[in-house]
Amino acid sequence: MSDLLERLLDGDHRALARTITNIENRAPGYRDLVSGLYEHAGTAEVIGITGSPGAGKSTLVDKMAETYRDRGETVGIIAIDPSSPFTGGAVLGDRIRMASNVGDMDVFFRSMSARGSLGGVSIATADAVKALDAFGKDRIIVETVGAGQNEIDIVKTADTVCVLVQPGSGDDVQMLKAGILEIADVFVVNKADLDGADRTVQELREMLDLRGNAGSGRNDQHASHGHHAEAEPAGDGADGHAGQTDGAALKQAEAEPGDDGGSDAVWTPPIVEAVATHGEGVDAFLDAIDDHHAHLDATGEAAAKARERYAEEIRTLLREDTAALLTEEIDARGGIDDLVDGVVAGETDPYGIADDVLDPVAACLRERREDG
Amino acid sequence: MSAGQTQQPIRCLVAKVGLDGHDRGAHVIARAFRDAGFEVVYSGLHRSPDEVVQAAVQEDVDVLGISILSGAHNTLVPKILEGLDEYDALDDTLVLVGGIVPDKDKDELKEQGVSAIFGPGASMEDTIEFVRENAPER
Repeated sequence: MSDLLERLLDGDHRALARTITNIENRAPGYRDLVSGLYEHAGTAEVIGITGSPGAGKSTLVDKMAETYRDRGETVGIIAIDPSSPFTGGAVLGDRIRMASNVGDMDVFFRSMSARGSLGGVSIATADAVKALDAFGKDRIIVETVGAGQNEIDIVKTADTVCVLVQPGSGDDVQMLKAGILEIADVFVVNKADLDGADRTVQELREMLDLRGNAGSGRNDQHASHGHHAEAEPAGDGADGHAGQTDGAALKQAEAEPGDDGGSDAVWTPPIVEAVATHGEGVDAFLDAIDDHHAHLDATGEAAAKARERYAEEIRTLLREDTAALLTEEIDARGGIDDLVDGVVAGETDPYGIADDVLDPVAACLRERREDG
Repeated sequence: MSAGQTQQPIRCLVAKVGLDGHDRGAHVIARAFRDAGFEVVYSGLHRSPDEVVQAAVQEDVDVLGISILSGAHNTLVPKILEGLDEYDALDDTLVLVGGIVPDKDKDELKEQGVSAIFGPGASMEDTIEFVRENAPER
């Protein structure tokens, strides 16, 4: 295993690929491998992209990677697709759209299947991100369909979460529903050349306004950000305009450090319009991501986010480990079927069984804690 | 302690290489593999050998299935095999070819590292069974 780590750090693509496989499979020894990655990771910028199927995520990611490569940066991409709940099988289809970067090994694209396990995917993703980070990728993009809690957990591993919305994706009540819209740091209205794009932008802005008013008196700040957010698709001579407002936003962010807890330190997600198939709006989008990153650094949120992520990693690992321990215990008690038999026969109930199984564990832990 | 169960589905890349533009067969096999519980990456049409190698290496697949109907297998398949070898990936990748390959070409492809060739009429069950039995141990 340590040989694999060495080869990965040496820049061996196959070692990187195999490391991610071991992480996905939880192959024997993968934990030591991931532990070894930590000290070499921490420099990459991680960007999460989510949105409903067909919103154009893969196409946008392809253009992002192309632009970063043009700027001389290396890119790692993890694309997560759902797996069948019945067979566990999956068709991982996002690679098809990576047309701009074929033949360029400095764009490392990896498809991952959700493999149906709650929580497990997000930790495997976080670990795979760590592998790409340790390998030396400058930017890491994690792309996933935003369909449920699982996906939200996955994009939480990112520094900046971007949500893609396409015109006509529902009435304004959709915007009020809880879920992926709430986690966005940057909104992209993709396919902005379609009818209804303006309305979608309007609805998003209203939603953000409501959110802003629910907080306290940061309307002024919001207004300026709102303006900044109106990045027109490229080709309209919008470049100068966008550049100017970017500068202003950045200065604003820089003026804020130390002002902790102040309402000005609150980030209002910009709304970027894009037509990913033509690469329109991609530069403005990447600027918005950079703005957010500058904001994270300036406000100290970056450090807070990192802490939050570590906490979540620890919790997830512990949950998984206890689950494995309890599976072992259930087997030792004759298997889950025996326990179910008891419930069916009316002798006990699931709550009683849970107490039975867990009480000794709890007692043992308490005893050890008291013994010091 | 290794937590959780070890999950290890077979990973396959289904690749279309070269100029032929017919991928219905590739779609059918991708779907059948998916239903067999495999994780299938589909390359899309018109890939060059280099692109197929890049995908196979990055995705770290156990199985590479090359679908080819154009008759160019004698030029394209060896290039892919060489590419895999360059990345040290040939030994533990099961390489299959599907499509139209005349009998006289089969032995040569197998000598170069292709494990099996499935032509018209090959049954899906047999193909899946072959993959299950021969996918490399990792």
